[in-house]
Amino acid sequence: MIEAVGLTKRYGAKTAVYNLSFQVRPGVVTGFLGPNGSGKSTTMRMILGLDRPTAGHVTIGGHPFRQLPNAPRQVGALLDAKAVHGGRSARSHLLSLAQLAGIPAQRVDEVLGVVGLQDVAKRRSKGFSLGMGQRLGIAAALLGDPQVLLFDEPVNGLDPEGILWVRNLMKKLASEGRTVFVSSHLMSEMALTADHLIVIGRGQLLADMSVTDFISANSADFARVRTPQTEPAQREKLTAVLTEAGGQVLSEPDGALRVTGLPLPRISDLAHDADVRLWELSPHQASLEEAYMRLTQGAVDYRSTDDRLAHLQPAPHPGQPGYGMPPQQVVQDVPQQGWYAPPPPGQNPYAGAPQAPAPGPYAPPPAAPPAAAVPPSTTPQPSDTTKDAR
Amino acid sequence: MTAPAHQPTQAPYAYVSPIPVRRAHLGDALASEWTKIRSVRSTMWTLGVMILLMLALGLGVAAIAAASQRAMSEDGQAAMVEESALGFGFFGMLPAAICVITLGVLTIASEYGTGMIRTTLTACPSRGRVLAAKAIVFFLLVFTVTTVTAALVAVAQVAIVGDIAAEPTASEWLRATAGAGAYLALLGLLSLALGTLIRHSAGAITVMIGLLLLPLVVGLFMLSEALESVREWLFTYAIPSQMIALYSDQPPFGDGPAGWEPLFILAGVTAVVLGGAFALLNSRDV
Repeated sequence: MIEAVGLTKRYGAKTAVYNLSFQVRPGVVTGFLGPNGSGKSTTMRMILGLDRPTAGHVTIGGHPFRQLPNAPRQVGALLDAKAVHGGRSARSHLLSLAQLAGIPAQRVDEVLGVVGLQDVAKRRSKGFSLGMGQRLGIAAALLGDPQVLLFDEPVNGLDPEGILWVRNLMKKLASEGRTVFVSSHLMSEMALTADHLIVIGRGQLLADMSVTDFISANSADFARVRTPQTEPAQREKLTAVLTEAGGQVLSEPDGALRVTGLPLPRISDLAHDADVRLWELSPHQASLEEAYMRLTQGAVDYRSTDDRLAHLQPAPHPGQPGYGMPPQQVVQDVPQQGWYAPPPPGQNPYAGAPQAPAPGPYAPPPAAPPAAAVPPSTTPQPSDTTKDAR
Repeated sequence: MTAPAHQPTQAPYAYVSPIPVRRAHLGDALASEWTKIRSVRSTMWTLGVMILLMLALGLGVAAIAAASQRAMSEDGQAAMVEESALGFGFFGMLPAAICVITLGVLTIASEYGTGMIRTTLTACPSRGRVLAAKAIVFFLLVFTVTTVTAALVAVAQVAIVGDIAAEPTASEWLRATAGAGAYLALLGLLSLALGTLIRHSAGAITVMIGLLLLPLVVGLFMLSEALESVREWLFTYAIPSQMIALYSDQPPFGDGPAGWEPLFILAGVTAVVLGGAFALLNSRDV
């Protein structure tokens, strides 16, 4: 059990982690997500007593790490796969750590076998690939057979077989009753591995809930509706009817409609009443990746800008349905990339505790996008073209 | 099994390792540091080069001195050298100091350079124990190697030059072997402490080599009368001068330490810097 209370870390004027409180429980794999520079590694270092928090504290099993009676036997960590002396062989590296922690030397050969490095044990780790380095780091974390395990980006550089192995390893470790805390950027991987998520952005807690709660709370599930392509009039008619009934309708590039805010049967009924035939009516649930992107889009520090060709594109349709704006008949295009609708109103993604389940799969209409985001609109954008011209 | 004695229900974790738990102590850290220091090639290289330099320079200088002395004595001029032959050991000691400084800095700074220090301190949160183990293992290794080498060189020097030089006393023998070894090992320990403070290999090595050589170079150019006292002080207390003083019973430059005194001075300085390293390592983020 890892418990952080009001954890804060400042480096000079920069606040890396601010008032972070969370618990990592034994028996489940807890994923630790956040954009680059959001403070994940700083938090991990504070858990391990390597960095001293400016305020707050973090304990493992009730003790700060540096006061644990047998720290290496209770906590194992992989912080950085590159954090080995390249001139030392894999076996010597692990042997020195085992000796330091008072672990019998035969355990070294055991973990080398567990991570599959027994054949290169005598080789200097300088020549290791990133994947082999990760395996060596995982071996070091497993050395003490600890109850609490921390992994910072364990699947970086691993091949698909290695990723599968790490996934199963994490699950196995958790099922044995250990506390497993894993940070990763690979959302698809996290969706498969983790049971619980802690998401931070700009050093602050964004979410602390189970994966399924997280996805439903932070994604807009939608229905895809397709009308006969031969009759565009039907499409417009259906759009009008659905909008009138309180639904949000966006147009997909291939002519399908993306409807939110109305349950599937209601869409079908409305279409039937309007005498519109449907070629497709299907539910879509967002992935963890989309939920994560929507949650963290305001907290991303390093964002790539649009391609310069963007200003040559025709301006998108004016208007945007939302607060203070009457529903428009004009069908919006689905934003293509780099932008995700914010979570539905009434749900505060910044709340730490698991929330009430989302109001049905077809949540109320999303709020107008925050000014910080880059919605398709007619307002003159602070475009990068002027900067480019200089 | 010396696992926490409380009941499983009170244990904060559900998982209990089958591997017997025992508290790690300084002995474990010493074994670990010994594994570390012998499993990297830089140890072998720096110590190997150091042994070669001490042997080559110590014996070479002694041989040249013996040859020129004999040539002079054949001319019927000066016959005996007043000092003992052991003083020639100094010439090997100066370059050996550079090797020891490099190894001392690398012992700790390479951990910072690679990030290994985080892995180490995760395996042993008691940072003082890690530094103490490093210091002990490093000191004993360098002390042993340099003392043995210095003893070999001293015996050979006495054999080469002994017949025309003064017979060394027991105290001189001890200073030229164990004393020289301890001086170099302390210099390496000072480098290790400085490496802990600076945390950067190249930076710490540069500082240490500057400390070793710069006082003499700076003093050389203090030609002004007003700086006479500073120059005297620099010449007397520069590390190479102290090494020479280690070999002689009388202060070699008129005034200042001689005999064992340079060793005590260096031990004092090293203790202070090492104390600072302990304090800073304990309080600083890694």
